[in-house]
Amino acid sequence: MRAPNAFATAVVLSLLAATAPAKAQVPLTEGIQIGLSTDNVSITAGFSGADLTIFGSLENPDPLVARQGRYDVIVVLEGPPKPVVVRRKDRVLGVWVNLDSETFENVPVSYSVATTRPLQDITEPNSYKQLSLGASNLYMQPADAGDSPATIEEFTAALRSRKAATGLYSENVGGVQFLSQNLFRATVRLAPNVPVGTHKARAFLFKSGVFIKESSAQLEIRKSGFEQSIFRVAHNYSFLYGIFAISLAMLTGWLGRVIFRKD
Amino acid sequence: MGIYLPIAEISVNVFVLLAMGAAVGFLSGMFGVGGGFLITPLLIFYNIPPAIAVATGANQVIASSVSGVLSHMKRGTLDFKLGGVLLAGGIIGSTGGIYVFAFLRRLGQLDLFISLLYVVLLGTVGGLMLVESVNALRATRSGAAPVLKKSGQHNWIHRLPLKMRFRASKLFVSVIPVLGLGAGIGFLSSIMGVGGGFIMVPALIYLLKVPTNVVIGTSLFQIIFTSAYTTLVHATTNQTVDVVLAFLLMAGGVAGAQYGAKAGQRLRGEQLRALLALLVLAVAIRLAIDLFVTPPNLYSLSAADLN
Repeated sequence: MRAPNAFATAVVLSLLAATAPAKAQVPLTEGIQIGLSTDNVSITAGFSGADLTIFGSLENPDPLVARQGRYDVIVVLEGPPKPVVVRRKDRVLGVWVNLDSETFENVPVSYSVATTRPLQDITEPNSYKQLSLGASNLYMQPADAGDSPATIEEFTAALRSRKAATGLYSENVGGVQFLSQNLFRATVRLAPNVPVGTHKARAFLFKSGVFIKESSAQLEIRKSGFEQSIFRVAHNYSFLYGIFAISLAMLTGWLGRVIFRKD
Repeated sequence: MGIYLPIAEISVNVFVLLAMGAAVGFLSGMFGVGGGFLITPLLIFYNIPPAIAVATGANQVIASSVSGVLSHMKRGTLDFKLGGVLLAGGIIGSTGGIYVFAFLRRLGQLDLFISLLYVVLLGTVGGLMLVESVNALRATRSGAAPVLKKSGQHNWIHRLPLKMRFRASKLFVSVIPVLGLGAGIGFLSSIMGVGGGFIMVPALIYLLKVPTNVVIGTSLFQIIFTSAYTTLVHATTNQTVDVVLAFLLMAGGVAGAQYGAKAGQRLRGEQLRALLALLVLAVAIRLAIDLFVTPPNLYSLSAADLN
């Protein structure tokens, strides 16, 4: 019963829209919301990558458009931005040496994308560029803008391909599925080497190839348990950590001698 | 069984590391060396980042050296005074090495420098040892008595000033070469993650003419402290010491070392040296190949320091 009603309203409103476009469209604009079941994910010792499910909903979807499958959603899980150096090896006297390098500011450590359809089917390359959406459209800011554009382009491409090769930049086509007219589920991949820190989940809504709205949520990824404690101590109390490492080694050496002595 | 290394930030197999530690421990017990020169390259082959392999290697060396020193102390084959002077030099060298390490890491040339140092040092030491031991093997086969070095034979090192008497080593020598040797080993220890025994032992025997029986104990004694210092500085400046990784290697290592020492007693000295030389050369060649072969990826990423 609800669907035809909604359809009717939509038709009425679209008629209104035709007569008074500016005013009538405002209350009906589609929106998008995403929700995370948790705001933090803990990585334990055995972590070997995982799928993270993000649920979301469309607000005020146009049932006609929805039925025709002309709504597209792209969900991105973006890791914390960090400066990165890309180095290229070249042959010097037969030996491979890191020669040229390019530093980029604020490169997301990880970038997982889930989409309803292949990216090229959703919208124009230009609008991806404007939105800086998708691993291949992410704008990487070089620290030294004085370098030649060709060099910057070469190192940007290398940066993307290295990130993709380590699984940190991934794309899951079909990873977003509509469960009903306005409910969707997105599955983004967390690589085994996913960085800790504050990640940002962003959802982009497209209608017939036109960008409508964006929504975002934050997710904290951290290490848990024993490993986390070691990592924290090693960074916050590095001197004591060093003393501990030395004592452990001396104790192990002594115990090894006592237990396994053969002379 | 996988385990996540908290500092290296990768998952590794526990048994591979234990076996690696045991194998190196066995060899180090057999040949009387710390094994750092084997552990660090092996860790790098096992995809542990070189910076972490080096710092953790230094940590692991402490355990095997403590094990060895204890048995030398019992036998009285340890010159504390000589070890102390070597150590003073070692601290200076190690401090310098840590700065060079951090500098090279920033430049992106650390991995290359580590590999080059390994290839050159292991290649030289392995080559010299192989030639020497093969000659010795030939000499024994032909029945000739081994030529002993004449005692009292002096070289330029013995003409340097600031002489000091080392009773346990029956030595009266300038402190300059002793400090210099210690500093050189300390430098290598911090950059290569080795104790430096494979250079220290021949240097003490051939350059300073220290009696062979006190050489290993004394070298191990100073290595404990140099590597402890290196470990501490790496832990505080670079945060690259992974205790979980180090512990797995040590646990395997100390067990292997005791069995290795026993196995070593059944082989003759020159056979043992020839085998060690081959092993050292094999590691050097394996590392050299990596320098010359086109890498699968010409590009590499690392965290940048924008300050």
